[in-house]
Amino acid sequence: MLKTRLIPCLDVADGRVVKGVNFVNLVDAGDPVAVAKAYDRAGADEITFLDIHATHENRGTMFDLVTRTAEQIYVPLTVGGGVRSHEDVRALLLAGADKVSFNSAAVADPDVVAASADRFGSQCIVVAIDAKTVSPGKWEIFTHGGRKPTGIDAVEFARLVEAKGAGEILLTSMDRDGTKDGYNLPLTRAISDAVGIPVIASGGAGNLDHLVDGIKKGGASAVLAASIFHFGTYTIGEAKAHMAAAGIAMRLE
Amino acid sequence: MSLTVLVDYDSGNLHSAEKAFQRMAGETGAGEVIVSARPEDVARATRIVLPGDGAFPACRRALDAVPGLFAAIEEAVLHNGRPFLGICIGMQMLATRGLEYGETAGFDWIGGEVTRIAPQDPALKVPHMGWNDLQIHKAHPVMTGVKSGDHAYFVHSWQFRTANAPDLIASVDYAGPVTAIVGRDNIIGTQFHPEKSAATGLRIIANFLTWRP
Repeated sequence: MLKTRLIPCLDVADGRVVKGVNFVNLVDAGDPVAVAKAYDRAGADEITFLDIHATHENRGTMFDLVTRTAEQIYVPLTVGGGVRSHEDVRALLLAGADKVSFNSAAVADPDVVAASADRFGSQCIVVAIDAKTVSPGKWEIFTHGGRKPTGIDAVEFARLVEAKGAGEILLTSMDRDGTKDGYNLPLTRAISDAVGIPVIASGGAGNLDHLVDGIKKGGASAVLAASIFHFGTYTIGEAKAHMAAAGIAMRLE
Repeated sequence: MSLTVLVDYDSGNLHSAEKAFQRMAGETGAGEVIVSARPEDVARATRIVLPGDGAFPACRRALDAVPGLFAAIEEAVLHNGRPFLGICIGMQMLATRGLEYGETAGFDWIGGEVTRIAPQDPALKVPHMGWNDLQIHKAHPVMTGVKSGDHAYFVHSWQFRTANAPDLIASVDYAGPVTAIVGRDNIIGTQFHPEKSAATGLRIIANFLTWRP
């Protein structure tokens, strides 16, 4: 049967891991290639890079980073941040990304998702949705790192990008991101139930039970986390073993 | 000198596949690995790998758009018996036909059709995306050291339904069987991406690079 995926995420700026990581035995804990390789060897099911300061000028740095990472890891690599057009998708795929994630550009023009999916296939097109709770059971899309409200309903937008050809949704709760209070489960459940494509829960994972809840209560197909792994609080192996012990089918080889 | 050609017909990124094949060629002494769209490279290849990402008809069109390329592949594989590995859409194109966006002729090297995955359980998502454990139905040299229960990475919404049971090497379960590996004679194809399937995938690549059908 299909296994639930555990995905460590690296926030990257100008070719370096933001805030650094706290692995033992890593010569340069700020080097995304070294960190990605360590996660790959530790059993990560996929790895995600988010370029949080993407600008036109520093794109070359990101392409080079993706190329060097793709040479070192043997699990899928997703890259997001600053992706605006199907030309950006093509450039990242050619650099070595397996999947490319749209965020603000898909909100501004959902047809960019369709153009990219038609060209490269839905399997490599992810849409990252950043949502905030505006009233109980109601979530709105926010862009620009959660600062800019759009008035767009998150559940409706998820359905729209699925119809446009997105292959997966990376769902981040802006209420929970960075809090370590756990994923926003009602939001995750609402989006997971609304679409037929996989949903990755993101934003708020602070302990291993949160990962379990994202799957069992939120209905997500995968869970993404950053700080609980970067700071060595838990290893990938501990997280997967904990999820498996909770009855979730995991790849443990 | 052995030469493995990864056929590049502008259908997806071959960089990570190239690196994985080069690494395993180095470890197994399997010679050179190159990425090329030139029919003359295919003609001199001792092994051929056909990747493919995206939609079936788009891949078929892109392949046919390179003059002489498919003819060279067909000559090498069907007449000269060169070992052939198709990956993802490169595997699906081995079928008689694909039904994605209307009917498209496949190579018809392995009988069957490519149809949409439609899990009975509505909770199951499409694409079938992630790690699934292989159920191996038939021993094959390319599967040496890989056992049922080992995982491979899948990402696809369409699947190869083989017409002849002996051509089905392995499947996975997704509310019913989904074809994972097809093969006959010197031809094998994997729905999953071996270059993205960690140690199991690297083993399959190494086995292919040393396979003498």
